[in-house]
Amino acid sequence: MATRKFHPLRMLALAVGALMFLFPFYYMLVGSLQDEPDSTPAGALPDPGNLTLGNYADIDERLDLGTTLLNSGIFTGGVLLCTVVFGVLAGYALARLHFRGRALLFNLMLLVQVIPFQLLTIPLYVLIVRTYGLADTHLGMILPFAINSAAVFVFRQYFLQLPKELFEAAQVDGASELAILWRIALPLVKPALLTAVLLTFIGPWNEFLWPFLITKEADMQPLAVALANYMSNVAARASNPYGALLAGACVLAAPVIVLFVVFQRRFVATNLGSSVKG
Amino acid sequence: MTRTRRGRRAALLGRQPIGIAFVTPYAVFLAAVFAYPLGIAVYMSFHDWFFAAPGAVVDRPFVGLDNYAAVFTDPALLRSFLNIAVFLVINVPLTVGLALVLASALNAAIPFRTFFRVSFYVPYVTASVAVVGVWLFLFNSDGLVNTVLGDLAPDPSWLVNSALAMPVVAIYVTWKQLGFFILLYLAALQNVPKELYESAAVDGASRVRSFWTVTVPGVRPATTLVVLLATITGANLFTEPYLLTNGGGPNGASASPVFLMYQRGIEQGEAGLAAAIGMVLVIGVLAISLVNRYLLERD
Repeated sequence: MATRKFHPLRMLALAVGALMFLFPFYYMLVGSLQDEPDSTPAGALPDPGNLTLGNYADIDERLDLGTTLLNSGIFTGGVLLCTVVFGVLAGYALARLHFRGRALLFNLMLLVQVIPFQLLTIPLYVLIVRTYGLADTHLGMILPFAINSAAVFVFRQYFLQLPKELFEAAQVDGASELAILWRIALPLVKPALLTAVLLTFIGPWNEFLWPFLITKEADMQPLAVALANYMSNVAARASNPYGALLAGACVLAAPVIVLFVVFQRRFVATNLGSSVKG
Repeated sequence: MTRTRRGRRAALLGRQPIGIAFVTPYAVFLAAVFAYPLGIAVYMSFHDWFFAAPGAVVDRPFVGLDNYAAVFTDPALLRSFLNIAVFLVINVPLTVGLALVLASALNAAIPFRTFFRVSFYVPYVTASVAVVGVWLFLFNSDGLVNTVLGDLAPDPSWLVNSALAMPVVAIYVTWKQLGFFILLYLAALQNVPKELYESAAVDGASRVRSFWTVTVPGVRPATTLVVLLATITGANLFTEPYLLTNGGGPNGASASPVFLMYQRGIEQGEAGLAAAIGMVLVIGVLAISLVNRYLLERD
């Protein structure tokens, strides 16, 4: 690595950037702890006389954080489980096995990633809510997201990078493909698997439109939906609308931010290649 | 005998037919939540499709291109397409400029590199619903932004001002997604040969000049990708106009096509029209990605 030279201009650009990105998060936390909302510049600094955890109690009372967090967890967990199980199988087959229809499926996988899911919202709503009657169910929430195509693509890339000889030797020994995948390929791509899981986690945890459309009962709503409903309906009438709203926002944002900071090394595109090869 | 049978089987199913079993769940998934709904969308968009009581037999007549004609004549929808154009005009240059500058600044051995990378990426991984809450707090009429601006604060305030609502949405989305594009450019910068910088330095080019002559052309594929992804984001915009500007307000000045799709299709029950909006967007996105691929493969 080159010597760490100090470039004032470079550092200034980065520092201004970091401030722009982090300030709203800092302000979210400060605002969630304010007893009286204070939007003067001085209010951006925590004032010991104006601090309270009451906003968190307030939002919990209105949204039932336990239930909504559980719904978010089930939604996210279901997507992760399906993506890991079926996505790994599909990714492995697309990378390593020769079978009829492989090219077709591969192209379909790429196409799906270009066409955003939102644009199929109306027919999916008709299908899942009207035809299958899955409104206000976890299954209905999970179904359209069940296997993340981006993750399938990433799994395929990982398996492609493993040396061919490894598989040929195992095939000569007569091991079944499932055994090769489970005992040889998977352990080698474990670090990369974690990255794919982290990336898949973010999608359903943050997703708003779909669960918003299909959950009308408050006790089936994930936190993002419940908080958004609070924002657009109730907030205007609460005594400290922003305090409670920002408290909810902190609860929604915290798990992803913590995961991201802890595993931040895994989120770098260039690391993906080396962690597999290494 | 076995050999020919195996040969025939291989010709039919491929050398490792077990692969078909491996991909079946994924293939079924794609058929069920992608291909089939796409088919339904096409069907709905050509019919006067509305919601009826479950089990009721209703007549949903074929109406040809009426729904599509409505998409292109409805003033609210035309406005939403214009809004997306405004969004792109602000979002694309800002994203390309800021992401490229910050990625180049980050692409060196500098102190606190991890800290910077994490802080740039945090908005991207955080739920839009959560971050919109803070932006509402910052940009409402007595919010921090207006108190700092004092007399310079716009009137009507940002989110209720028809000239400023869409630009605020565009800036919000740029801010939220910039971290992703910084990483994209950071990866692209690794592919720019170091020799080019060295020979530019030998020729006496300044840092700024080598940025324009080496870096900018070197990351062109990534820049083309930014345009594609920004268009997809624009075509997808829903949460921000719904929450930040309280339903695409004021007077539809920040409404997006997906927001109107939701309003017309689910709230007002004109599902045929909504399906046509979705189809128009799908075709638009596909066309742009084909142009994108053509531009990339040309060199």
